[in-house]
Amino acid sequence: MQKLADQIKDAAKKLLAEQKVDLVIGFAEGSLPLRGTPLFARTPEEADKLTWNLGCENNLANYLRKREGKVAVVAKGCDVRSIVALIKENQINRDNLYIIGVPCSGMIDRKKVNAILGGKELLEIEVNGDTATLKGNNCSETAKVADLLHNSCKDCRYGNPVIYDELVGELLPEKETDDFAEIKKFESKTTAQRRAFMNSEFSKCIRCYACRNACPVCYCEECFVDCNQPEWIGKSALNTEDNILFQVVRVFHSAGRCTDCGACERACPMGINLRLLTRKLVKDVKELYNAEAGVNMDDKAALATFTADDPEPFLVKE
Amino acid sequence: MIVSKNDIPSFLDKLIGEYQVFAPVQEGSYTLFKQICSGADAALTDGNTKLPAKEIIFPQSEKLFSYNVTAEGAKLESIIDDRKKVVFGVRPCDAKSLTLLDNVFNNDKYQDPYYLTRRANTILVGIGCNSPASTCFCTSVKGGPFDTKGLDLLLVDIGDAYVVEVVTEKGKTLIDNAGFASASEADKAAAAKAKDEAQVTCQVNTDGLKEKLDVNFYDPIWEKIHEKCLGCGACTYLCPTCHCFDIVDDAVDCNGCRVRNWDSCAFPLFTLHGSGHNPRTSNKERYRNRIMHKFKYFVDNFGEIACVGCGRCIKNCPVNMDIRVVLEDVRGSEARLDS
Repeated sequence: MQKLADQIKDAAKKLLAEQKVDLVIGFAEGSLPLRGTPLFARTPEEADKLTWNLGCENNLANYLRKREGKVAVVAKGCDVRSIVALIKENQINRDNLYIIGVPCSGMIDRKKVNAILGGKELLEIEVNGDTATLKGNNCSETAKVADLLHNSCKDCRYGNPVIYDELVGELLPEKETDDFAEIKKFESKTTAQRRAFMNSEFSKCIRCYACRNACPVCYCEECFVDCNQPEWIGKSALNTEDNILFQVVRVFHSAGRCTDCGACERACPMGINLRLLTRKLVKDVKELYNAEAGVNMDDKAALATFTADDPEPFLVKE
Repeated sequence: MIVSKNDIPSFLDKLIGEYQVFAPVQEGSYTLFKQICSGADAALTDGNTKLPAKEIIFPQSEKLFSYNVTAEGAKLESIIDDRKKVVFGVRPCDAKSLTLLDNVFNNDKYQDPYYLTRRANTILVGIGCNSPASTCFCTSVKGGPFDTKGLDLLLVDIGDAYVVEVVTEKGKTLIDNAGFASASEADKAAAAKAKDEAQVTCQVNTDGLKEKLDVNFYDPIWEKIHEKCLGCGACTYLCPTCHCFDIVDDAVDCNGCRVRNWDSCAFPLFTLHGSGHNPRTSNKERYRNRIMHKFKYFVDNFGEIACVGCGRCIKNCPVNMDIRVVLEDVRGSEARLDS
């Protein structure tokens, strides 16, 4: 990790010193253990703060839309997929973007760390190879790093950036294909069971919209929930139905565009299982159109194209 | 007085008959204040609840009145919640936040009957913090892990029992008939020791902060500070002192309710005028407002900083915007009186 951090720093400093870019967006050490925080470096000195660790979990593609000037970004596999999707949607100008790609085998989920520490506060984390030592107040636990990763990282098949201008670190071996096991399990439930689960999960929603704002492909100039004339959706948190409506519209809007980076779920302060919905759509798009968002520069977004052979299962009574 | 931890559930059960009792309840990986039906449901664990206790007095969404319009005219029915409540296990920072909110809802210009009725009918039973988290900085904002501001009773954890300190008459009435034994000298010494040993390690220096904010509205530092903020409302909704609200009508045809909802200065709709003009056009102005409101405007209006150092915004920000770092950046920036 330290080696990667140094390589990132060197690459960024060089780009800034040679004035190839005006800005490098990457990660600095955050203020909490296991926490990378987005950094905007405009000078080689500022780039000295760049780092790389298992807490660099944010999707930096979010900061790249409609940027002026030349920008470099430190991008994991998921960030790059979002970048590709946004280039295709004309939100990012590829010519003005320099991608420092970083192969990524996953970021640590602090919620899982908290669970292992039994709710005690994490004060320090030491990672040694594939083992992590988690230290809290008068307690210490060890865990396999692989067990601590975000679920989205476990499911990710694109840890290697699909496009880049420069790669730091080593490319990772390919993983087996995603089997969407938990989505299939959810699909096998009855309508009533699914509804009950949705109700219990979305009753936790406080409508802070962290999921929407953390999502790189949620960028409408005016989100339908922010519009009050007409008022498409109830503004209060009294009604779980409205919370569900918000999520369902958000998820449908990202169908064929969502790269399953997990940014929504990571951002949610209330720990709502948001990927259950986004991944259901990812699975549907893959099955129906054999398409995945942001995996190459050539494919058109699944719902932005049409062929006469497109399956239309919704027209057929099953 | 002293109460064994084992006796807390039955004490709460007795209260449930007379009051709506709210206590932290385990909800997955965190605790939340909820109305409990059984004393055994209270999860009196370390640390803060995910959402602050303010939502009990100032709910995220509350119906102010219902209305019904017919040919004969409009009929209004006000909805005032005057049920007696006990909030059990509230932390001193959350209790202090209510004393700050009192300024907003009860001042020369306006008295808010909804808030004030709830506030008058609520008894706050606090539990001091023996082991404050690394993100807690209450002592930097005139609070403390055993501060009694806003509380009616304070419980001090001495291991298998709590030493009960009476703060107000209201608190006294709650335990007058509870049958608690008097605390022995040893118990009192144990409580004093717990208070002594509780360390708030995190300090935030606010010296000169207000003076800086008085003049740095146009400082370029705000361009830099807001840059990574996503503009979501997580920090404001999890904050015990944020209190901005929006009022909407929730109606079908001629029947409806007027509802007051929490709002957030981070949202684009927050100051959007009817004309379409928005004085806070971008995230920069919105984030600046959050800091200005807490550390300048509130001080101007009510003489106190509107932050109790609970650390929720630090722990829950999706991109690790840390208010401690922001305040340090503001203090360290060059004040620009001329711009």
